[in-house]
Amino acid sequence: MIELEGLTKRYGEKVAVNNLTFTVRPGIVTGFLGPNGAGKSTTMRMMLGLDRPTAGDVRIDGKHYDQLKDPFTYIGALLDAKAMHGGRSAFNHLLCLAQSNGIPKKRVHEVLDTVGLTAVAKKKAKGFSLGMGQRLGIAGALLGDPRILMFDEPVNGLDPEGIHWIRNLMKSLAAQGRTVFVSSHLMSEMALTADHLVVIGQGRLLADTSMADFIAQNSRSYVRIRSPHRERLLDVLHSAGITAVETGNGTLEVDGTKPEYIGELAAQYQIVLHELSPQQASLEEAFMQLTAESVEYHAHADTPLEQPQWGDGWKGN
Amino acid sequence: MGRRLEGELTMAAIQVVRSEWTKIRSVASTVWTLSLAVVVTIALGMLISALSKNEFDTMNRDDQLSFDPTFISFAGMSLGQLAMIVFGVLVVSNEYSTGMIRTSLAAVPQRGTFLFSKIAVATALSLAVGLATSFVAFFLGQAMLGTHKAQIGDSGVLRAVIGGGLYMTLIVMFSMGVAAMLRSPMLSLGILMPFFFLISNILGNVDATKKIGRYLPDQAGSKIMQVVPPIDDDTPYGPWGGLGIMALWVLAALIGGYVLLKKRDA
Repeated sequence: MIELEGLTKRYGEKVAVNNLTFTVRPGIVTGFLGPNGAGKSTTMRMMLGLDRPTAGDVRIDGKHYDQLKDPFTYIGALLDAKAMHGGRSAFNHLLCLAQSNGIPKKRVHEVLDTVGLTAVAKKKAKGFSLGMGQRLGIAGALLGDPRILMFDEPVNGLDPEGIHWIRNLMKSLAAQGRTVFVSSHLMSEMALTADHLVVIGQGRLLADTSMADFIAQNSRSYVRIRSPHRERLLDVLHSAGITAVETGNGTLEVDGTKPEYIGELAAQYQIVLHELSPQQASLEEAFMQLTAESVEYHAHADTPLEQPQWGDGWKGN
Repeated sequence: MGRRLEGELTMAAIQVVRSEWTKIRSVASTVWTLSLAVVVTIALGMLISALSKNEFDTMNRDDQLSFDPTFISFAGMSLGQLAMIVFGVLVVSNEYSTGMIRTSLAAVPQRGTFLFSKIAVATALSLAVGLATSFVAFFLGQAMLGTHKAQIGDSGVLRAVIGGGLYMTLIVMFSMGVAAMLRSPMLSLGILMPFFFLISNILGNVDATKKIGRYLPDQAGSKIMQVVPPIDDDTPYGPWGGLGIMALWVLAALIGGYVLLKKRDA
């Protein structure tokens, strides 16, 4: 379990992480979602005690990271696939990490096997492809057989096979009852792996909800209609108390009404329909809308319009 | 309770020392920097010893009186120490230039334990290499000097030879402290190399700056390798005093490195 309370990180004037409070629970995959630059990596670095919070607190199983004895046996993290010395072999990279946390050498062989790098264990890490580097980073995270695992953008730059492998790995780790916390800037990726979602934008918490609830709340379902008798159809819908929105190029969109009912209504008034289809807004759209709103909101809240803007001087010239 | 905690801390430190030993022995730069230091120090020492032997008869009387065969056999150290500097800098700054530092500090969040285990391992290795180099450089240098050679049993000679090994070790420690402060290998080397190769020598030998220059780490520290002081030498410290001054520089650099590592975000 990871608990964040009022976690804040300021770099000078800029607030990178703003008063984050949430809990990451065991047994499920928790997705940590936000656009690039939302503060996900900064938050994760603070969780591992690498960056010091300006305010607030993170606790791993009730303790601060630096109070954990042999931290890799509590929490394993993949922050950055390149966070290793390229001149060191995969085996030695894992061995030095294992030794620092009192983990036996045979465990190094085991995790190399788990991630499928046994054949290249003696090879230098700088010759590795991105996917192999990612696997080596994950092997490091698994070394201490920790109850908590954290992955920062693990599928970035991977081929479909690698992505598939990581998805399954995360799911199986959660199924074993472990806490899995994974960041991404892609909603579509999260929809496939995460059971729970924590969404941040501009360092602020925007949503902390189960995936199912997020889908139910954020994916608008509507009916799309096309008809050569658009005006008549609008009248009929209007008199039936249904609001239709014209979206250009002759299509109408209706919220909150079943397509069956609209079809029957059209048949009753003998209106020809060219299309009558139930639609669902994509989660990606819902996510973008959610974060876009936060960005807009902050832009107004933090920078009053009276303030001189960069480039103002040009207007006068 | 206190004893148990102490025991745990010792355990943790032993684990980290083992880990740092694996790190240091598993990269190529360790081998090539240290071998370069050994080869350059010994070979250049032999060459200069051989040249000095041939020139002895043409020297003036003062130079002949202050002729220091021990010190001459360490002449290669002025160049060999540069390779030791590279070793010290790379041991620390490799962590930063590769991004490994984040993995390392996640593995060992006690930053003091991390830094000082790393320094302890590199120091022990430098001491072993430094002492071996110093003894070999001495004996081979003396062999080149022929009739002008010093004996290891002569007064002050053994101290100078062991001192040569200590000097090389302190140079590495100082470089590690500076690299821990600056993080970037290029920046650290860009400051340390010209400093030790040029600036310190100039400051230490030009009359106007000599009084300050001789308190610089390498100028003070190399006093330990001297057996016969130059004519009208007015250096206010002896061989061990000089090494002590160098040790203070090392201490300052290491404290600086530790304080910055402790408070910086990784």
